[in-house]
Amino acid sequence: MKFTEDHEWLLADGDTITVGITPHASEQLGDVVFVELPELETQVAKGDEIVVIESVKAASDITAPLDGEIVEVNDALVDNPALVNEDPTGEAWFFKIKVEDPSALDAFMTEDEYKDHIGE
Amino acid sequence: MDGVCNPKALPLAALHEELGAKFVPFAGWSMPVQYGLGVMGEHNWTRENAGLFDVSHMGQVMLPATADAALEALVPVDVIGLAEGRQRYGYFTNASGGVLDDLMIARVPDGLFLVVNAACRDADIAHLRAHIDGVEEIEGRALLALQGPKAEGALSVLIPAVADMRFMDSQRHDWNGVELWISRSGYTGEDGFEISVPDIVAEDFARTLLADERVQPIGLGARDSLRLEAGLPLYGQEMSEEISPIEAGQAWAITKVRRAGGDRAGGFPGADTILNQIANGPVRRRAGLLPEGRAPMRTGVEIFDSPDATTPIGIVTSGGFGPTLGAPIALALIDAATPPDAPLWGEVRGKRLPVTQTTLPFTPNGYKRSSK
Repeated sequence: MKFTEDHEWLLADGDTITVGITPHASEQLGDVVFVELPELETQVAKGDEIVVIESVKAASDITAPLDGEIVEVNDALVDNPALVNEDPTGEAWFFKIKVEDPSALDAFMTEDEYKDHIGE
Repeated sequence: MDGVCNPKALPLAALHEELGAKFVPFAGWSMPVQYGLGVMGEHNWTRENAGLFDVSHMGQVMLPATADAALEALVPVDVIGLAEGRQRYGYFTNASGGVLDDLMIARVPDGLFLVVNAACRDADIAHLRAHIDGVEEIEGRALLALQGPKAEGALSVLIPAVADMRFMDSQRHDWNGVELWISRSGYTGEDGFEISVPDIVAEDFARTLLADERVQPIGLGARDSLRLEAGLPLYGQEMSEEISPIEAGQAWAITKVRRAGGDRAGGFPGADTILNQIANGPVRRRAGLLPEGRAPMRTGVEIFDSPDATTPIGIVTSGGFGPTLGAPIALALIDAATPPDAPLWGEVRGKRLPVTQTTLPFTPNGYKRSSK
């Protein structure tokens, strides 16, 4: 598993990467009440805002970690946004993105590097 | 001085830290925004049990008893006729009929006791001093709010007499040899109390309340969702110098004696505008909105009367998620000509999402209006 500076986790399976947010991010957000997911089969560019997460406090977003195509989204989050708080690294994945260059994943942080990043 | 502004700490800051609070800067203060239960948990706890809020950032002001007529000249409510031991909600108006701040006014044995908003306290005190002699800003007293259906049960263990107080009573009671200034009020829509307590015993008093299993500490986050569900206006959002109290749905607070035809009609800043709006209706009005679906519509979302209209008919002044309702809710300021049953749309991230209008409050209030 790799991590972004914006507190997303990335899990590769071949050229498909599953994206979620870390327990640290979930805790900072507070109770999540609404999740808006990207459309299937859309082409996204690295840095595009593609997911909206609304907590009782505020709205925040997830950006695309790499260029690619959205191949699967987790509809369970739409019905039960609280999953983001309950199981951020498990059932509460947000989307799967098919990328052209999976080796680009190497540029992201390891778990130890991420822990340093958040000061744990 | 280097000009850097450090937020002021509340008298109970150390206790909040010990209780695991997260802090945010608010109106120049470092305020606990949430504790371990989280905003949703704290909100629901307060609706079902009793929540303890530290609202010491709000201003506490004492005026001489003889200042009632002078205060009446600044607010459109009946101060002269306010009985001892009673409290009334009011607001300072400006010459154009807008609002400078909203406040609570209580008549107590030695004068008039006011509670004003944190962000406005310095301006309010200057405003009062410009018109009234003997304005005293109270220093050295914390202000706590105990809110929720079990607030009476928890507080009456310490001070049995509070069980006989009714909504908007304001009394002084002894606790361990110190005088507490207690009103049966709050800003959550629930029954409850606001308690002014000397700084030196504030932590001891708060710990005593928190030792009761019915009481949990509650932060600013849940305070905002509770007051929003209760349909209560927040100064700076529902009311401002540009929004009149009539537009904000607060005409109820203007007592009969100060209205057209009353014994002391008018005589407050902006009276012509405000009394005219009462008689003929304002151009804009407050609306309670229930967005369909789950997407919250927050402050600043534009409201339209059709999915393709180009000109908005209003704007959300406060919006978020109502934990008790389990759905998004919003207060908006809209064109007064909009029929109350007209379907509306809010534009969220470029999409028009349908909303229905609803009567307020979103959740029924629990005020204790009769004495038993």
